[in-house]
Amino acid sequence: MTNILIHLLLAIFMPPLLLGVIGKTKAAFAGRIGAPFLQPYYDIFRLLRKGTVFSTTTTWIFRAGPIVSLATTAVAALLIPFGAHPAPISFQGDMILYAYLFALGRFFTMAAALDTGSSFEGMGSAREATYSCLAEPTLFFALITLSRLSGSYSLSAMLIKVSSSIWLEAGAALILLVGGMFIVLLVENCRIPFDDPNTHLELTMIHEVMVLDHSGPAFGLIQYGASLKLFVLGAFFVHLALPYATGTPSVDWLLFIISMLELAVIIGTVESVMARLRLVRIPQLLVAATILAAFSTLLVIR
Amino acid sequence: MKKLLTPLHNGSSIPLARLPVTGNDPFFQGILDAVDSSWRVSSYFGVPQGSDVELYCVLASKADGTIGVVRTKVTNTFPSLAEVCPQLHLFEREIAEQCFLTPEGHPWLKPVRFQRPFGQERSYWHHLDGNGLLPGVMPYYQVEGEEVHEVAVGPVHAGVIEPGHFRFQCHGEEVFSLEISLGFQHRGIERALIGGPYTQTMYQMETIAGDTSIGHGQAYCMAMEALAGCRVPPHAEVVRGIALELERLANHAGDLGAIAGDVGYLPTASFCGRIRGDFLNMSSVICGSRFGRGVVRPGGVGFACGKSQADELLGRLEAARSDLENAVELLWSTPSVMARLEDVGIVTGDTAREIALVGPAARASGLNRDVRRDHPFGIFRMGQIPVVTAQSGDVYARTLLRWLEAERSMNFIAEQLHQLPAGGTLAAPGNLAANSLAVSLTEGWRGEICHTAITDEVGRFSRYKIVDPSFHNWQGLSLALRGQQISDFPLCNKSFNLSYCGFDL
Repeated sequence: MTNILIHLLLAIFMPPLLLGVIGKTKAAFAGRIGAPFLQPYYDIFRLLRKGTVFSTTTTWIFRAGPIVSLATTAVAALLIPFGAHPAPISFQGDMILYAYLFALGRFFTMAAALDTGSSFEGMGSAREATYSCLAEPTLFFALITLSRLSGSYSLSAMLIKVSSSIWLEAGAALILLVGGMFIVLLVENCRIPFDDPNTHLELTMIHEVMVLDHSGPAFGLIQYGASLKLFVLGAFFVHLALPYATGTPSVDWLLFIISMLELAVIIGTVESVMARLRLVRIPQLLVAATILAAFSTLLVIR
Repeated sequence: MKKLLTPLHNGSSIPLARLPVTGNDPFFQGILDAVDSSWRVSSYFGVPQGSDVELYCVLASKADGTIGVVRTKVTNTFPSLAEVCPQLHLFEREIAEQCFLTPEGHPWLKPVRFQRPFGQERSYWHHLDGNGLLPGVMPYYQVEGEEVHEVAVGPVHAGVIEPGHFRFQCHGEEVFSLEISLGFQHRGIERALIGGPYTQTMYQMETIAGDTSIGHGQAYCMAMEALAGCRVPPHAEVVRGIALELERLANHAGDLGAIAGDVGYLPTASFCGRIRGDFLNMSSVICGSRFGRGVVRPGGVGFACGKSQADELLGRLEAARSDLENAVELLWSTPSVMARLEDVGIVTGDTAREIALVGPAARASGLNRDVRRDHPFGIFRMGQIPVVTAQSGDVYARTLLRWLEAERSMNFIAEQLHQLPAGGTLAAPGNLAANSLAVSLTEGWRGEICHTAITDEVGRFSRYKIVDPSFHNWQGLSLALRGQQISDFPLCNKSFNLSYCGFDL
């Protein structure tokens, strides 16, 4: 019960902190002081207090977009185990639900963007559809590999199973997975080198351009949903890359929090040392990620 | 052909009486012949005279180091040469708009700034929407077909930049055509100058393009000094030169950072943002204004540069030099940045020559032109700055060129600061010569700035024509985007970094 409570508290309150840590890391690389760690929280609260403007050309789909995408991500957060602790909800085959919850959220975000009839948002939706199509196979290969390693179709069982002994046993497969899933993590969360969450240039955006017309609380929900998505996908990645576990619950929670913060620093570092890719290059990298994940599947099935 | 052009040196004037009014045919043929033998049109404008219009064309030749002026008189219409000489196309549209004169056979006759003609209420474009004065309201070029779509950007932009409207005709992510519609910042500077110079004229000149205060200020002062026959003290010339190069440095440093920012490369973006401030602060050491306001004044400079200021500047310059070098070095050593800059937004040398690009944009396409060397003015008659060019004409070339030019400007400033001549700062300019014409060219940080002043019988301006480098170069941006990814537009745009208000006047 305590573990479920901690899981919920972390899932609700910690995600924006990751964005704050990424921001600070980037600032440190750029020689700036940077915004406070809690700035993303302030931003979300500021937006929630504002009024919203809805274009007269939009319908209920536009309003449903932010809500559905936040709701799907929140459900996904209940399916994923944090650290060594199993998820609050877990059943055989929940990995399929996990993958398609994101797809459902994305579908509504894209539909809401198309609903505005703006050429920018149409462009963003087209890009998002292309790149998410290419990112999906990687996720599935990863899930297949993990279920093969653990003999389970439930996320909790397959992710907690990954430990230092599995790394010794199937290290090659896991290294490939870590590579592939890091690319998916970055592209799904619109981070550099795929997308630049801080740019103001509409023509270069992928995700941000789809939410240009949202304002106030709706935009606050989108911001919060984006940080939650980073948190949920990050938790998945942390299981693969940093599988620390001691067996003591309190220490394990602490280790989970630390490894999530480490991940934020790693993302911030990647964003600081490289430029964005040209849009035409993104599919190539995503295909490379799929190939990495496919090889890892091959290694464990053989 | 050369007989036709009345030769002038940069920053000199001649009485109008010595500038013959040629017939129409020799005038237009003369322009074509001159352009064929690698003269370049620096300025081409009309001066309404009753029901007639006098057309003036100012051409510059690098080979001869001279400027040639020719004029003729036309009524209601004049033949368009844009089809065979594309560098004239925007000038002809401007003449149509300013003088209500139809360029016959113009292939792309559209508004430039949506302004009223001189001395008339009715706009040349009144047929478009009833008055033809609303910026952006005009027929745009369109492409039709399956999967072809149109993207309109601006005039309100997400960033804090100037207003301009961009129409892309796209096939998926690929751009077929980009049309740029400006005029949102038209302030009527040329109209306000008729009857001048006034007390406020100098201040207006410094704000034609706010980031080119020295460039435009110097061009104006050179025209004034030419008309007044006044000699600028050597100390003033040196201070002007230093201020002009500091302006170039501040803007080039800012652009290098902005280009890095557009590709999402943070370190250089952040460092250069600060270094730009360092250069602006150096201008402030000279005159107390970060944008060099008040430095250049007709007859000299408003502020002397003393020994203590020179030492201060030298110290700051060395610090900024190593900072900039480090920040820019990061760009060249990061493969992901290079991958974004190379082979994007190419303007070939031939295209650049045809549309007569100026400044760094031209030099990045391999055109070796720089007013500081070709038509030296002020201190550049004594101290030379080596001209650098690049060949590839892409965003990388325009980025690299900014750094190379910055290096040379820093060397120049350091050299000049070590040998500051003593002497006065300001020679009082007398009255302007009546019935005369003066031409001045300067190399602002964006490229060639051309000012042409014509005085009436009492020595007031009857026409003052300003050509900002952006007027030549916007077309280059349109062409650079052909066949490119639409997502690369912001990057290409930043690599040109043209002025909206300098164009809109």
